[in-house]
Amino acid sequence: MDALLAIRARGITKCFGDVVALDGIDLDVAQGQVHGLVGPNGAGKTTLLGLMLGLAVADSGRLEILGTRVRRALAAPDGVAGFVDGPGLYPSLTARQNLAALAALRGRDARSAGIDDVLDQVGLTDVADDRAYGFSLGMRQRLGLAAALLAKPRLLVLDEPSNGLDPAGKRHVHGVLTRLAADGTSVVLSSHRMDDVEALCSEVTIVATGRVVFSGPLGKLAAENDELDYRLLTSDPQAARRLAVDTAGIGVVDDAGPRHQAEVLVVRALVPALDELVVRLVHADIAVRELAPVVSPLEAAFLALTEQQEAGR
Amino acid sequence: MTATIAHDHAAVARPVSVARGYRFELVKLVSQWRIRVLVLACWIAPALFVAAVSQQSSLPVDTLFGRWMHATGWAGPLVMLGFAGTWALPLLTSVVAGDVFASEDRLGTWRHLLVAVRSPRRIFAAKALASLTVILLLVAGLAVSSAAGGIVAVGNQPLVGLDGHLLTPPDAAGRVLLAWVCVLAPTLALAAIGLLGSVALGRSPMGLLLPALVALALQLAQMLPLPVAVRLALPGYAFIAWNGLFTSPAQLGPLLIGIVVSLVWAVTATALAYLLFLRRDFTNLAYDGSERRAVTAGVLPLVGLVAVTVAVLAPATATTTGSGIEQDKVQRSVATAFAHLYRIQTKQLNRPDVTEAQLKATATCNKGGGTIAAEGPGNDWRCVVSWHLPDVEAAGTAIYQLDITADGRFVADGDGPKEVNGFFLVRTPTGDAPNPLWQFDGNVELLPTAPKG
Repeated sequence: MDALLAIRARGITKCFGDVVALDGIDLDVAQGQVHGLVGPNGAGKTTLLGLMLGLAVADSGRLEILGTRVRRALAAPDGVAGFVDGPGLYPSLTARQNLAALAALRGRDARSAGIDDVLDQVGLTDVADDRAYGFSLGMRQRLGLAAALLAKPRLLVLDEPSNGLDPAGKRHVHGVLTRLAADGTSVVLSSHRMDDVEALCSEVTIVATGRVVFSGPLGKLAAENDELDYRLLTSDPQAARRLAVDTAGIGVVDDAGPRHQAEVLVVRALVPALDELVVRLVHADIAVRELAPVVSPLEAAFLALTEQQEAGR
Repeated sequence: MTATIAHDHAAVARPVSVARGYRFELVKLVSQWRIRVLVLACWIAPALFVAAVSQQSSLPVDTLFGRWMHATGWAGPLVMLGFAGTWALPLLTSVVAGDVFASEDRLGTWRHLLVAVRSPRRIFAAKALASLTVILLLVAGLAVSSAAGGIVAVGNQPLVGLDGHLLTPPDAAGRVLLAWVCVLAPTLALAAIGLLGSVALGRSPMGLLLPALVALALQLAQMLPLPVAVRLALPGYAFIAWNGLFTSPAQLGPLLIGIVVSLVWAVTATALAYLLFLRRDFTNLAYDGSERRAVTAGVLPLVGLVAVTVAVLAPATATTTGSGIEQDKVQRSVATAFAHLYRIQTKQLNRPDVTEAQLKATATCNKGGGTIAAEGPGNDWRCVVSWHLPDVEAAGTAIYQLDITADGRFVADGDGPKEVNGFFLVRTPTGDAPNPLWQFDGNVELLPTAPKG
């Protein structure tokens, strides 16, 4: 299969003194893909994002960004934008002035740079002339995203873009990233919020202690994963419990919640066994009101894979 | 099989030009309220201060040229210059240059800036140039505003120089301008120290305070009885040496040495800041300045620079013993100033004009009543000035008590006879006027000088 790659990393290693931040990282990010980068604190996500932005250069390995091999720091090709460690704004300037100053830095005037358009995209038009000093974390994140959009990127690299966002802000940011990807821009984002990653990303890379422990589509991750715990809410909890106990491949988790949620049944199963249980419930005239993983497949996989990695050190 | 994207314009992005980076830094600096307040203060407050003080009955006689603020508008900017060299300029350089790098640490914007500009070298150049621009704007404000305040409040009158000779208004204006230009050199040195502190110490308040602390230390050093070579080797000496522009002939030696030393400090401290900045690891999120590195790469080279400068200057000051304040130089300074001021008093009293050559003023000075060596600073100098008037056989004499500070500046306080220097005011045909011989300022050149004639 042919796939155009915005990022191609092979054997990337980066050390800070005695600390190995990245240890032989391989990564492919396709054009127009929103790619999630997840991992525990200190896993090396920010270092990897920093390499993509050109803030540092790998000690060894080969990194190609938008088809250009990056051999030294601050040499990322045109078309790469984003931020690590917060959006990097100047609080004494208004939102519009922050963007205008950045546009001028790139040799564009405020009008041709499309400042109003990017402010509108991230939902900050109403506060365009307010100083960034008074902005909440979520507003700062959105303004940081607007600053990255000014560069009309073909690769957008974002470190924790959902930090501090309220639901409306999150909707704006998700909408922007989805549209960008649809238009062919590749997006690499790190996040500790699995719901964001699941909502946005088609592929995910899990990093632990500087190594890739999984990289690929989310569906593959779920398929590779072991049994999950599911919350099951039915019209007859007692009957549902009896059926679950009688169904092969289904385990009932007894210590699964406070007493006031006694009507909720938690079962541990693979997807085929769970399907069988649902069929049997329906045949028994028991209404299924809710069936959902207790933790998301991604989160479960994340925990399982990173714990394995930690245990293997 | 995979293939990376092959765009026509996927070339490595070029760094942003220094000019654009400079504009970006200026925008950031000028957007800060404290910079705006400083600019306004520097362009308005000196005019108000000089105008107000010039209208007071009590003048700041402890400040050089303060006693002439009633007489000419050109004294005001020099009083302001003395104040600026002591307080204002170190503080202004602290606020501007001492924070220009540290502010990025505080705001967490380094990575953002590096991604945008793509060159630490150009970031450094842009920041240094932008802070220099703001500092120059502030210094220009102090100079222009104080001069305007003086001229409007008092007028464009001749200025009495530091050795008593009269400078015409255009000459006074030129020298006032030159004096302000001269203090740019030590101001640049302090600004460079500010850049160094800002780079080396990150968010630490020590970085912000460094220029002010260094300036304070330099002022304290100038008050100590240090050898002349050490005094001139310190970068703050040009804050004092501009005094030499207001003597005739101008005492240019110490001034030029002071300017060169200051500029060498400015270049050295800027270069050290530049090297420290380029060696910084911007991917290290925990970096918050390094005091150890500040000492090894910042303080030690500058201490070494002082040692080298002292070694270079020592031969030039070899003939002066210690302080550079010697009996014959004190006597010449007092006699010269007295002769010039005597002519002014003669004119005030509407007496027949005499020239300095006709007066042939001489001074005989001793220290501690003659019990100790007539050398060095102190307030126990006593001088007897003698002069001759045409067609008068007997020589006139007058006594002065001198307080000479370690930098060579002195105040001569008249101690009789009362007809010459006993009263603060003299009665002139147009009313009472300050007596120029009652008390006057002077300056002893610290470098070796040959007596005139």
